[in-house]
Amino acid sequence: MKIRTGASGDLNIFGQDPLAVVLIKVLGIFVIMVLMTLLTIWAERRVVGRMQMRIGPNRVGPFGLLQSLMDGIKLALKEEIIPVGVHLAVYWIAPVISATTAFLTFAVIPLGPEVSILGHVTPLQLTDFPVSVLYVLAIASVGIYGIVLAGWASGSTYPLLGGLRSSAQMISYEIAMGLSFVAVFLYASSMSTSQIVAGQEHLWYIVLLLPSFVIYTTAMVGETNRAPFDLPEAEGELVGGFHTEYSSLKFALFFLAEYVNMVTVSAMATTLFLGGWRAPYPISLWSQANTGWWPMLWFFGKIFAFLFVFIWLRGTLPRLRYDQFMKFGWKVLIPVSIVWIMIVAVARELKNHSNFDTRSLMIAAAVVLVIGVGLSYIYELRTGKEEQLEAERQELLASADFDPFAGGFPVPPMPHQQAQPSRHRPLTVPSIEVGEEQ
Amino acid sequence: MNGESVVFWITAIFAVIGALGLVVSRKAVHSALWVAFAMVNLAILYFTLEAPFLATSQIVVYTGAVMMLFLFVLMIVGVDSSDSLLETIKGQRALAILLGLSFGALIIVGITATAAPAVVGLVNENIGYGGNAQGLAHLIFDRYLLAFEATSALLITAVLGAMVLAHRERWAPRKTQSELSRERTRSGQVTPLPNPGVMARSNSVDTPALLPDGTFAQASLPTQFQSHADDSVKEVTS
Repeated sequence: MKIRTGASGDLNIFGQDPLAVVLIKVLGIFVIMVLMTLLTIWAERRVVGRMQMRIGPNRVGPFGLLQSLMDGIKLALKEEIIPVGVHLAVYWIAPVISATTAFLTFAVIPLGPEVSILGHVTPLQLTDFPVSVLYVLAIASVGIYGIVLAGWASGSTYPLLGGLRSSAQMISYEIAMGLSFVAVFLYASSMSTSQIVAGQEHLWYIVLLLPSFVIYTTAMVGETNRAPFDLPEAEGELVGGFHTEYSSLKFALFFLAEYVNMVTVSAMATTLFLGGWRAPYPISLWSQANTGWWPMLWFFGKIFAFLFVFIWLRGTLPRLRYDQFMKFGWKVLIPVSIVWIMIVAVARELKNHSNFDTRSLMIAAAVVLVIGVGLSYIYELRTGKEEQLEAERQELLASADFDPFAGGFPVPPMPHQQAQPSRHRPLTVPSIEVGEEQ
Repeated sequence: MNGESVVFWITAIFAVIGALGLVVSRKAVHSALWVAFAMVNLAILYFTLEAPFLATSQIVVYTGAVMMLFLFVLMIVGVDSSDSLLETIKGQRALAILLGLSFGALIIVGITATAAPAVVGLVNENIGYGGNAQGLAHLIFDRYLLAFEATSALLITAVLGAMVLAHRERWAPRKTQSELSRERTRSGQVTPLPNPGVMARSNSVDTPALLPDGTFAQASLPTQFQSHADDSVKEVTS
């Protein structure tokens, strides 16, 4: 099978940089992520403020832009309170794991095509290898440790519950996320981020693989513990969740990790489905759109669009109930992904072995899938699930008559049955009053 | 010393530290963490050995899923439970150390005595199929397809077995959220019940709250205490 390769489709261009260029890239990514975090926190407060008919921070710096910087400094300078009951070593490591893994993912995100840094022609990406998308999954699964360990090490009930919740939640949604990658792998014939971007030269995968995109975007909100899926830190139920007992710089690290993760998953969504650093349609007509440093602009534009959606969700939707959330992940997202992957695999195989027009087949299959899901939902509504439940309950109540000798043996009542009071009078012993004459 | 051997010596030492940490930790959670640490170091070794797919799946599957499951169970079992370090069999520890060391010596002697062929690495194998992942795919889905499918059938059977074991029969259909809210509206008590009273001399749960006219709010007590509400309040307010 021939792998379509675009501008940076060859993996051999990675790993050739001199040390100085590598250091510049590493530092660049770190600085960009920190700046993005500050900017996202500010944007979140401003946008949510607008959505709630208020202004938001507007005092520190132009438009209040320096507000999150000031808040960060304040947070770092605050007194650190370490509760007595913590497991100190793990308590220290947890925020570090959270923050470092959040930064690590960005190493494989392509920010642009080949550019010239210090006279060296090099891709705008720290590194890439044949399975870099799986590397992102691996790092995400290590990142869960940060949250879980924070919950455990705090030695307190609410953080523990928050940590357990988040591990269950993130593992469940990681499955759906991994399944949504599979369709992209099948179409790009590769698991490396730069080749996936190269494969989207003519058509973005959001058009071709819309269900995967929807599943990924849903899973990424669950994966970053953001509203409406922010159950690990549901303040109404768990106080602050896993970071209840953290303060000062350690809390700041969790805060940083959350926002860096938001940027990272948005970058992944952009890379996998929105053509990565490639210019969107009207701009792509310009011949210089996909060369030099310009693509970074399109790339971060797309990331900001995703970040806006994150903020929009938080401003709009109430938090889900935990059981409904898990049910949605396991009973809706994962089965739908599996069915969709089967369709994609069939289409891909047809394309490999015949001149079948798979694009229209895929679109038809997507339409059928959407209609099928919609119809099943309507069917469920129309058949009256509640009536059915009521009938079931009546049936159970009818069977509630307790037969103490069912099957010829004395049996205890089942949970929904009531034991009949015995026909015999209970045996009573007349009480003897001590110290009193009759 | 090239880059590969630098990485090897760092990760190898860390992996051994992780393995030792597993054995000597007194808390089960710490042991689990040491294993995770050792696994991540092994994964880095796989990366340097040109098996990136194995490395990432090692982290995703073992560190991310299996060890996380272990941690999950350990955390649910108890936050502060540490194992008893009492020896149940006399001389067990000394014997274990002796046997462990001799097994290690045996392995070291065995490996050093073996004449290994020249190391060729995975480069040629990887190029032959067009990449590491493609080569693995070729082996799994072509040459060892039957074994692979049989293993997956076994795993699915195990999952089904676990589901059957954990299944609990429901005696009544679960109430939906709308049913619950409807029931609550019709019950005559839509809001939560009032809290127990907080008095100067007692704030225990068996102290009823006082209504504006000074009478007791019986609903503020747990049902077990409702009958003797009068006595306790007399005591509190007198």
